[in-house]
Amino acid sequence: MFDFLDSGQYDLLGAFWVTAKLALYSAIGSLIWGTALVGMRVSPVPMMRAFGTAYVNLVRNTPLTVVLVACSFVLNQTLRITLGGGRSEEIGFRLAVLGLVLYTGTFVCEALRSGINTVPPGQAEAARALGLSFTQVLTLVVFPQAFRAVVTPLANVLIALTKNTTVASAISAAEAALLMKEMVENEADALFAVFAVFAFGFILLTLPTGLFLGWAAKRLAVKR
Amino acid sequence: MKLRSTSAAAAAAVVLALTATACGTGSDSGSNGDKINVGIKFDQPGLGLKTPDGKYAGFDVDVARYVAKELGFAEDKINFKQAPSAERENLIKNGDVKFVVASYSINDKRKKEVDFAGPYFLAHQDLLVRADDSSITKVEDLNAKKLCSVTGSTSAQNVKDKLAPKADLQQLGGYSECLTGLENKAVDALTTDDSILAGYASQKEHAGKFKLAGLRMSDEKYGIGVKKGDDELRGKINKALEKMVTDGTWEKLVKEHFGPSGYKYEPAPKVEN
Repeated sequence: MFDFLDSGQYDLLGAFWVTAKLALYSAIGSLIWGTALVGMRVSPVPMMRAFGTAYVNLVRNTPLTVVLVACSFVLNQTLRITLGGGRSEEIGFRLAVLGLVLYTGTFVCEALRSGINTVPPGQAEAARALGLSFTQVLTLVVFPQAFRAVVTPLANVLIALTKNTTVASAISAAEAALLMKEMVENEADALFAVFAVFAFGFILLTLPTGLFLGWAAKRLAVKR
Repeated sequence: MKLRSTSAAAAAAVVLALTATACGTGSDSGSNGDKINVGIKFDQPGLGLKTPDGKYAGFDVDVARYVAKELGFAEDKINFKQAPSAERENLIKNGDVKFVVASYSINDKRKKEVDFAGPYFLAHQDLLVRADDSSITKVEDLNAKKLCSVTGSTSAQNVKDKLAPKADLQQLGGYSECLTGLENKAVDALTTDDSILAGYASQKEHAGKFKLAGLRMSDEKYGIGVKKGDDELRGKINKALEKMVTDGTWEKLVKEHFGPSGYKYEPAPKVEN
């Protein structure tokens, strides 16, 4: 039943390695972009608040496939932006990271915003009374507490992101879902086995992530 | 206790839903009453396409209609179902459709799961290039070119593993997405079966923009998929296909659907028994 794995025709580990890299790079990028977005959403500047709100609501409600295919169509095929990549696979991978960061950043932003709401307002007021600037209030007082409160929601976002990477096969990134499509095409007699292998692969990626971050959330939470 | 009764209710609902769906497909067996279910592609112009007004058009669709008519089902008794590549075997095995006419290449792995009537068409992997581009004349030329195909398709794998491993292959979700790149000169050629390419090139909005390179890089025999062991149905379909060729319908349909692209199609293949 699983003999297609022994044929040497498929590089299963390689494909999942690309998936893992895609998830890791996108996770780092969306953490940074999400933090910047939440900074805008709580800032005293009306323009930035408006941009943050509009961006989050627009991108969060657009299907990921549309975001990624738009990256490929508009940026690559029409505007010829390659992000420094040479071959199609490389360009596809970089565009996929970009699209996933743009999309996942909105969820990171909203998770963080809920974290900010767990910090009692008195803390920000006290910090302001001490003469700290907005950036100092945010980075020294509010964010350190907010981040520790949202480890669990961020773990959810990371797991969703790992599974969302499968959409990237639609724009040429050679990750696990692309290999699965090849196998489905060739192995008509073992379709369920193929699906089982890939489902198992994704569980191997996401289950430890969830367990570790669940443990970390308990350790890091601010005791109030 | 509260929680337990809620979860028990949820479990019961899931079980009910499962049995209900099982009934839905089980009692069907490819034809409900006087209707027949046929699997086709909904997204391939020239072969099987669902038009915006809900009608079906294409070579495969007309072959399906002809075969169904020979089996005793008039056109209004045919119920077309979408048969995406990955689901064709299961649709047939579960009895959701009686037969599948969906650019279904006959190969050994698929023969283990289903039986094939036909073949009714012989296609080759080919290239679609811009009409003013004559730089590709042989397979070796591809190594320096940018190609596009559908993610994971047989054609894409052929290019990667055998035909031109050095070619820069872009894999996108659908052929129409590749066409945009071809038009914008982001890629040099779109590769898949020539029948599918001819279907795209024959579309009104693409008329005159693209042409087939005519390289014939593989052989794809399209068959009609039926349930494994259903030799009676397979025999009937084979007879219908033979009749379709001898009475000239085959020639007429091929001209109608692929004609405008200037596609040099192969003569009708001999039905294998």
